[in-house]
Amino acid sequence: MVDVPLGPIGTAPSPATEDVELYHPHSWVTKYVFSQDAKIIAIQYSFVALTVGLIALVLSWLMRLQLGFPGVFTFIDANAYYQFITMHGMMMVVYVLTALFLGGFGNYLIPLMVGARDMVFPYLNMLSFWVYLLAVLILVASFFAPGGPTGAGWTLYPPQAIMSGTPGGQDWGIVLMLVSLMVFIIGFTMGGLNYVVTVLQARARGMTLMRMPLTVWGIFTASFMALLAFPALFVGAVMMLFDRALGTSFFMPAIVEMGQTLDRSGGSPLLFQHLFWFFGHPEVYIVALPAFGIVSDLISTHARRNIFGYRMMVWALLAIGALSFVVWAHHMYVSGMNPYFGFFFATTTLIIAIPTAIKVYNWILTLWRGDIHLNVPMLFALAFIVTFLNGGLTGLFLGNVVVDVPLSDTMFVVAHFHMVMGVAPILVIFGAIYHWYPKVTGRMLNDTLGKLHFWVTFLGAYAIFFPMHYLGLMGVPRRYHEIGEMAFVPPSAHTLNAFITIVALIVGAVQLVFVFNLFWSLRHGRPSGGNPWRATTLEWQTPETPPPHGNWGKELPVVYRWAYDYSVPGAAEDFLPQNQPNAQATAGLAHG
Amino acid sequence: MGSILIFLSVLLIIGVWWLSRQGLMAKPWLEQGIAADWPSTSSAAPAAAKAGLKVFLAVVGSLFALFISAYAIRMQLPDWRALPLPKVLWLNTGMLILSSLALHGAWNAARQGKDDELKIGLLAASVTTLAFLSGQLLAWRQLTTEGYVLSSNSANAFFYVLTGIHGLHLLGGLAVLGRTTARAWQGVGAERLRLSVDLCAMYWHFLLLVWLILLSILTGWAGNMIDICRQLLS
Repeated sequence: MVDVPLGPIGTAPSPATEDVELYHPHSWVTKYVFSQDAKIIAIQYSFVALTVGLIALVLSWLMRLQLGFPGVFTFIDANAYYQFITMHGMMMVVYVLTALFLGGFGNYLIPLMVGARDMVFPYLNMLSFWVYLLAVLILVASFFAPGGPTGAGWTLYPPQAIMSGTPGGQDWGIVLMLVSLMVFIIGFTMGGLNYVVTVLQARARGMTLMRMPLTVWGIFTASFMALLAFPALFVGAVMMLFDRALGTSFFMPAIVEMGQTLDRSGGSPLLFQHLFWFFGHPEVYIVALPAFGIVSDLISTHARRNIFGYRMMVWALLAIGALSFVVWAHHMYVSGMNPYFGFFFATTTLIIAIPTAIKVYNWILTLWRGDIHLNVPMLFALAFIVTFLNGGLTGLFLGNVVVDVPLSDTMFVVAHFHMVMGVAPILVIFGAIYHWYPKVTGRMLNDTLGKLHFWVTFLGAYAIFFPMHYLGLMGVPRRYHEIGEMAFVPPSAHTLNAFITIVALIVGAVQLVFVFNLFWSLRHGRPSGGNPWRATTLEWQTPETPPPHGNWGKELPVVYRWAYDYSVPGAAEDFLPQNQPNAQATAGLAHG
Repeated sequence: MGSILIFLSVLLIIGVWWLSRQGLMAKPWLEQGIAADWPSTSSAAPAAAKAGLKVFLAVVGSLFALFISAYAIRMQLPDWRALPLPKVLWLNTGMLILSSLALHGAWNAARQGKDDELKIGLLAASVTTLAFLSGQLLAWRQLTTEGYVLSSNSANAFFYVLTGIHGLHLLGGLAVLGRTTARAWQGVGAERLRLSVDLCAMYWHFLLLVWLILLSILTGWAGNMIDICRQLLS
C-alpha cells in the first residue's frame, strides 16, 4: 500500500462537544418513549417492523395452508384468501422491508458510521417513527373494520380495488389501506430527509464521501430514491381515495357492476398502474440497495479483505438508483399498453443487470483468497449472494416481453419475486442483526441458535421457492384461491403444493427461535466488548458499548482512512480502524 | 409520465454536477490523512436546515410533477371537458407574486439587519398569502355554484386536487411564516430570524414557481409542452 497523504498525518484537532447543540432527554419517557436519539428510534422502528413481519408471516402460513390443502380449512374462503394476499404483500414490502432497512438500520448506522452525534433533525426523526406507528395501527385496524381488510391484491389495481366484488372495496378496507399508505409516506419523508441530510452535512472530519462504508452509500442512495418515488404512490392513493369516496373518475372507466351501470366514465385504470409502478419498481431497489451495502460490509469484515472495486461499487449503486426510475413498465407488459413500450423497457431492464452483475462479481472477488470466517452474519451474507443471483437470473427471463407474457400470471413470478425481493433482503436483515446486535446490546447472539436459524431458513426458503418455479412453468396460475381441476396441471403439482406448505410452516416456526434468541441474549448472551468482529468502521470504535446518547463522548472521531483497511501488510493487527491516524505508529507500539 | 421524467432528469443533472465535485474518482485505498481544507464544523445548523429544505423541495417537486403527469395522461381521454377558469385566479396569482416579493424584501432586510423593514415584509407576505388562499377558496365556491363539481368531470376533479394540494403546502409554510412573523413583532432581532426568513423565502419562491406551472397547465397554455412530453412516451 502506498501512502499518499492528503494532509499532515498526525492527530488532527476535533470539534469539541461545545460546538454541537444536542437535545438531552430529561425523563424516562423522553429517553425511551418519545426519544429523539436516533439509536432509540432505530430500535423502536425495528421492533414495530419485526412485529408487523410476524403478522405478515402468519398471513403467509394461512395462504399456504389453503394452497397446500384446499378445502380443509373452511374458514379460508376466497375473500379471506385475497385479504391475506393483499395484507401479506403490502405489509412485507412497505411496512417491514422499507421501514426496517431505512428506519431501523438507517437510523442506527448512519450517525454512527459517518461519525455524527445524532441525526441532523432529531425532533423530525422522532415524529417520523410515531407517524409510522400510526400508519401501522391504521393498517392493522382494517382487520377489525366491518368487511375486513382490502383484498384487492397488494398492487391495489382499480377498478376492482374499489368495487363491491372485492373484499373491502366498498367497505372500510381499501380506505384504511390508502390512508395508511399516505400516512406512511408522510412519516417516511420526515425520516428520509434526516437520513439524506445527515450524510450530506454531519460527516466527521476527514469522512469524505468516498471513505464512507458501502452500507451508508446504500442507505443514502435508497433514501433519496424513496423520497422521489414514494410521491408516485401518494398521488395514486390520493386519486383513488377520491374515486372511492367522492365519486370522481380518475381511474374508473364506465363500468357495469352487478347489472347496474355505475355513474363513472372515462377513467384510466392504466394510469394507476403507471403511477403504482413508478413507485413500485424503485421500491425494489429501495430495499435492495441498503442490502447491497450491508452485504458488502459483512463480506469485507468477515473475509478480512478490503472490498474489491470500491469505486465501482459506489458507481454501480448510483447507476442502479438512476436506472431504476426508467424500468417501471416492465411490470405492465400484459396490461394492454403500447407494445413498442415493451421493447424500450425490456432494454432498460436488461441494462440494469450490468451494474448489478458488477456488484456480484466484486463480492465474489472480495471473497477470493480471503480469510473467510463462517460465522452467522457471514453465512447469511453468502446465502444472500446465491439467492440474489438466483432471483436476478429469473428476472432476466421475465424482463423479456415474449417470455414474460406467458409466465406473467403463473407461480413463476411469485417464485422470482420472493427469491429476489423477499428472501434475499430478509437474509441480509438477519445477517445484519447478527452482525450489529453486539453493538446495540453489548452482548453476542447465541451462535448455535443462530446457525440453526440460518440453515433452516436458507434451505427451507429454497425448498419453498425452487419448486414454485416448476409449478409456474407448468402453468399453475398465481392469485388463485383454489386451482381445482385443470387439465394441464398434473396431480403431482398438488403434492408439491402440500410439500411447499409444510416447509413454509417449518421455516416460519424457526423464526420463533430467532425471536427467542433476540430476547434471551439480551440477558444471557456472551459479553461482546466494543469491537467483537475487529471491524474498521466507526460504529465499532465508540468509547462505550452500547453507545450512549451523543455517541462519542467528549470528542468527535476524526477519519484518516477508508472503511476497508483489512489485512494491511506491516500493521500490528489485521485491521486499521478508520479513526486510526497511522499504521506504522501502532505497529511500532506493538513491537515496542 | 413525461413531466416526471423531465423533472427527474433535471435532478439527475444537478446530482451528477454535485457528485462530480465530491471526488468520486478518488482512490480512497491509497489516500490517508485529512485534506487541509476540510471545514472545521461541518454540521452547522443553518447549512443542515437549508440542505434539508432543498431536499424537501425536490420531494414536493416530484409530487407535483407526478400530478401533472397524471393530468397529461388523463386529459387525452375522450370524456375530458376543460372547465372555464374563474377570473379570481388572476388576482390570486398577483397576490402570490406579491407575497413572494415581500419575502424577498424581508430576506434582504434580514441580511442587512433592518428590523422594521423585516417586520413589514413578513407581515405583508403573511397577509398576501392569506389573501391568496381565501381567493382560492372563493374560486372553488364559484365553480361549485356554477355546477362544476368534483364528480362531474375529471377536469374539475384535477382542478380541485391540484389547487388543494398546492394550497395545503402553502398552508404548512404559512404556519412557519406566521410563527416567524410573530417572533419578529415580539422584537426578536433580524440576526436571529435570518435562517427562518431564508427558508421561508426559498419555500415561497418555489411554491410560486409551482403555481405558475400549474396555472399554465390549467389554462391550457402548456398544451404544446404537454404534447411534446406525451410524444416522448408514445
